[in-house]
Amino acid sequence: MAHNVEPSDALDPAVDTVFSLRSRLGLLAALAAGLVAASAAALAMGAYRLSVADVWATVLARLGLIGEVLPASRLHDTVVWNMRLPRIIMAITVGAALSSSGAVFQGCFRNPLVEPYILGVSSGAAFGAALGIIYPWFPLSVQLSAFVFAALAVTTVYLLARVRGEPAIVTLVLAGVIVGAVFSAGVSMLTYLATNVQMREIVFWLMGGFYFSTWRDVAIATPLVALGVGGMYANGWTLNVLSMGDQEARSLGVHPEKIRRLLVVLATLVTAATVSSVGVIAWVGLMMPHAARLLVGPDNRFVIPCAVLLGSIYLVLCDTLARTLTASEIPVGIITSLLGAPYLAYLLRSRTRGLFG
Amino acid sequence: MLRVQDLRFAYGPSPVLTGVTLDVAGGELCGLFGPNGCGKTTLFRCCLGLLEYQAGALTIDGLEVRRLDPRRLAGLVAYVPQEHRPPFPFLVKDIVLMGRTPHLTWFGRARRRDKQVVLETLEKVGILDLADRPYNELSGGQRQLALIARAVAQEAPLILLDEPTSGLDFSNQVRIWQILQSLAKTGTAVFACSHDPNHVAWFCDKVVAMNHAGVVAGGHPDEVMTESVLDRIYAGSCTVHSVAGVTTVLPRQVLGPEHQQRFGPVT
Repeated sequence: MAHNVEPSDALDPAVDTVFSLRSRLGLLAALAAGLVAASAAALAMGAYRLSVADVWATVLARLGLIGEVLPASRLHDTVVWNMRLPRIIMAITVGAALSSSGAVFQGCFRNPLVEPYILGVSSGAAFGAALGIIYPWFPLSVQLSAFVFAALAVTTVYLLARVRGEPAIVTLVLAGVIVGAVFSAGVSMLTYLATNVQMREIVFWLMGGFYFSTWRDVAIATPLVALGVGGMYANGWTLNVLSMGDQEARSLGVHPEKIRRLLVVLATLVTAATVSSVGVIAWVGLMMPHAARLLVGPDNRFVIPCAVLLGSIYLVLCDTLARTLTASEIPVGIITSLLGAPYLAYLLRSRTRGLFG
Repeated sequence: MLRVQDLRFAYGPSPVLTGVTLDVAGGELCGLFGPNGCGKTTLFRCCLGLLEYQAGALTIDGLEVRRLDPRRLAGLVAYVPQEHRPPFPFLVKDIVLMGRTPHLTWFGRARRRDKQVVLETLEKVGILDLADRPYNELSGGQRQLALIARAVAQEAPLILLDEPTSGLDFSNQVRIWQILQSLAKTGTAVFACSHDPNHVAWFCDKVVAMNHAGVVAGGHPDEVMTESVLDRIYAGSCTVHSVAGVTTVLPRQVLGPEHQQRFGPVT
């Protein structure tokens, strides 16, 4: 009957050392501390000079812990609480969303070069945003319109790829290319029809940035992203199994199509939520899972939280650079690309075998 | 353990399995062999619930495979694919821990017992020293052993292996078959397909020979490994001899003319 391995005492102490998580948990804790430090620094930096003490006093007063918002510090309050803080929280949210969904798409599609925009989320969102920008009578706000079209694009991809039963990975990717092409053509068409001012706005939106992030964005996007990232994190082990291929996943007790559908829906949801509020920010979703794998290995139970922290730190830093590098703001998407491309080139030259072999 | 009765399967209009009947008992190492395209892989895929057969019965431990969800099925049958390179460099211990997936609690949390089983299996298969190595960087033989360890750690009463020795050197091939023999001795039903008739003749307790028409013969290797059976599978290209008391299948071409009389000279 069932073949049983009797527990032997000889290997018992080895269980703790071989499967020790300590170093990886320590690393995650260090990254979390790094995120707090980066956010605190970002809060103090910007066009309006503030000392760390001022920032601290303002935040504490706002939280109702110590002191109160005095008329003298109103300006501090506006700068820190209404401008910088929501921006930083949005940067963290977007970083977390893109990095985790990047890791999930890479695992689901068994390809370490996949990014979260692969199923046409970005082109759908761009089309929706352009539509909202050009036609003010359009019933949806720019943001909502972007979200709706992002969701529409991915749904179309899914239905298009669905020939019989659940779609295969290759068909999904191809359908993503097709739908992406259609929506990109739509964006070009709308840009062509736009006035100069509108065109500038569309281009600005396409480059992505946190310039307009408010508490309202935080209130909408952050809970959604937290929920989605939590769901993806909970399925980290299943994603490991899924990345071995459908046949093996099934023989290991995982329903590949069901799990992939769940994970793709979650990843698409958080990506769409962020794209629609801050535009297309390239490279984060591709780079951060890679960087996480270099640090903690390929186990997605650690890759996802590690990528979330790295992505958040990265976007907080990039956004701070975007705000402070020049007198006027640089779209953050330009900075992430400028820093991201050399990073990937470095990976390509030095670690190819370990990562892609 | 595994019971297949009059199993029929067709990809669209083209039938692949036309009434296959066989069974594999617990504690038995059963070898399946036959030419390319005769339906060995299809049969395996049916056993693993990857394909839905159109008629006949397929039960494992008395349960109809068709009606089981993947998790239940994974508790009954473990699968060893041909060694491969997955896209991510998982460590050997994590690959083997994947075998525990049907036993894991919520969120894939591994309990102490799961980790113990992983280490014990690695030791049993003889690759405990590879536990912390990336699976991708191992040799083909080591990767195959890791996959066997994964299936053993799954603790299913039936293990299916898809050509477990293809692409391996001679000593690794023998090593794999010996591990499979010892695995069967512990009570597991082991069902492996192979392209080498000698392997199944030498190492298996039972042999099932298939050709495009279905099962040709099944039973003890000495009964199945006869020229009349091999003629129906490989169209007269083999001859069976006893080498040092061991039944051995040889290609007719390597023998001298005195052994080829039955079919006349080879042109």
